[in-house]
Amino acid sequence: MQDEPTPTELIKAVADFLRNEIAPGIKGHNAFKLRVGINALDLVTRQLALEQASDAAEADRLKQLLGSDGALFELNRALCEKIARGEVDLQTPGLTEHLWQTTMDKLAVDQPNYASYKRELGNK
Amino acid sequence: MIEEQLGRCVASWYPGATGVTGAAKLSGGASQETWTFDIVHASGNVGAILRRAPPGYGASPGRAAGLDAEATLMQLAYDAGLPSPRVMHVLTPEDELGRGFIMQRIEGETIARKILRDEQFAKARPLLARQLGRVIAGIHGLPAAKLPKLREMSATKEIADLEREYRSFNWPRPVFELALRWLRERDPGQSQEVTLVHGDFRHGNLIIGPDGVRAVLDWELAHFGDPMEDLGWICVNSWRFGEIDKPVGGFGTREELFAGYEEAGRTVDADRVMFWEVMGTLRWGIMCCGMMQRFRSGPDHSMERAMIGRRSSETEIDLLRLLAPRGG
Repeated sequence: MQDEPTPTELIKAVADFLRNEIAPGIKGHNAFKLRVGINALDLVTRQLALEQASDAAEADRLKQLLGSDGALFELNRALCEKIARGEVDLQTPGLTEHLWQTTMDKLAVDQPNYASYKRELGNK
Repeated sequence: MIEEQLGRCVASWYPGATGVTGAAKLSGGASQETWTFDIVHASGNVGAILRRAPPGYGASPGRAAGLDAEATLMQLAYDAGLPSPRVMHVLTPEDELGRGFIMQRIEGETIARKILRDEQFAKARPLLARQLGRVIAGIHGLPAAKLPKLREMSATKEIADLEREYRSFNWPRPVFELALRWLRERDPGQSQEVTLVHGDFRHGNLIIGPDGVRAVLDWELAHFGDPMEDLGWICVNSWRFGEIDKPVGGFGTREELFAGYEEAGRTVDADRVMFWEVMGTLRWGIMCCGMMQRFRSGPDHSMERAMIGRRSSETEIDLLRLLAPRGG
């Protein structure tokens, strides 16, 4: 068992330091790059917090949709093949809801400030 | 060093030029660079832009029109009275600057967030969609006989290209599969009318001033194809920068864009524009994945490239909003 603090706590401490202490003094292109870097650290902390639950729920939905078992990557690949062959489509019960939920869970990690995501959060 | 070379080059075609000053690189990958500089002249300095592939980089990559074609298109647009820089000089081997061209520098803004939020553009914003409609119509109407050789695309080819690139990533994305399927089922084939298509008509490639659009830049992706492609591409949500209820670049409506286009004597097919908006949304999503691949495998191991990979999910939610809207 690894000791504390957790990865999330460590990354968050670094991101907060960069954001609050370093960023105000940086100008020009490096300020832009620093902002991208801080965004990346924030993304990682969101993923560490959210991934486990959303992956598990996604796998459950995929098993239901496909009627088969497997690792998440393989389940997604199987769904892709079925969509490509036209065996499932937006008329298939559960598919639309599954794609929406999976996509919302990705945006919650990747870009929670994206305007389309914020609109859809209030639009369930 | 580049100032010396540019100085010699400019002296050979600009009467009275005594050199150049203030040369600075604006952007550049390995194969293509953009420089800004001033031509020094007794009657006042003249702003100029160099766009070039440095010596040693001859051929242009895959889809690119090539710098010679870009220069020709830009000059044709200028001659037709469209907002475009004047091409001042096409590089020759004697210039020893590589391939490319020098054009007039046009002052203004290309950064979307400033164009959409800054006070100085407040009067321009409500005019832009209609203006751009007229400009796109002008591009589609450039004299066919004078156009350079360019690749010919169709919806069918574009779908196949996108699918090939997506499959090469070997990363399953059910929303992209759905979009590919949707596009294949509605593929209109080659359009009845094939015209010049700019291919990348969007924020970043448009110089905007307080008075409206001043220049169309970056003809790298120009080709022959369905004219509705340009109208669809500028409506892609990724170019709205948060102003998601204003489909044209975050500043205007489709109706305004279409009205401007039709004022110039051309016809809009709104369904095909929507088809190309879906294609464009998928295309940007696949381009984001491609940048992630270049981060992982290639020379550009930067945070920016890596993080763009995490923007492909933005196009997934936009595709769902287009193809499977939840209503409300």
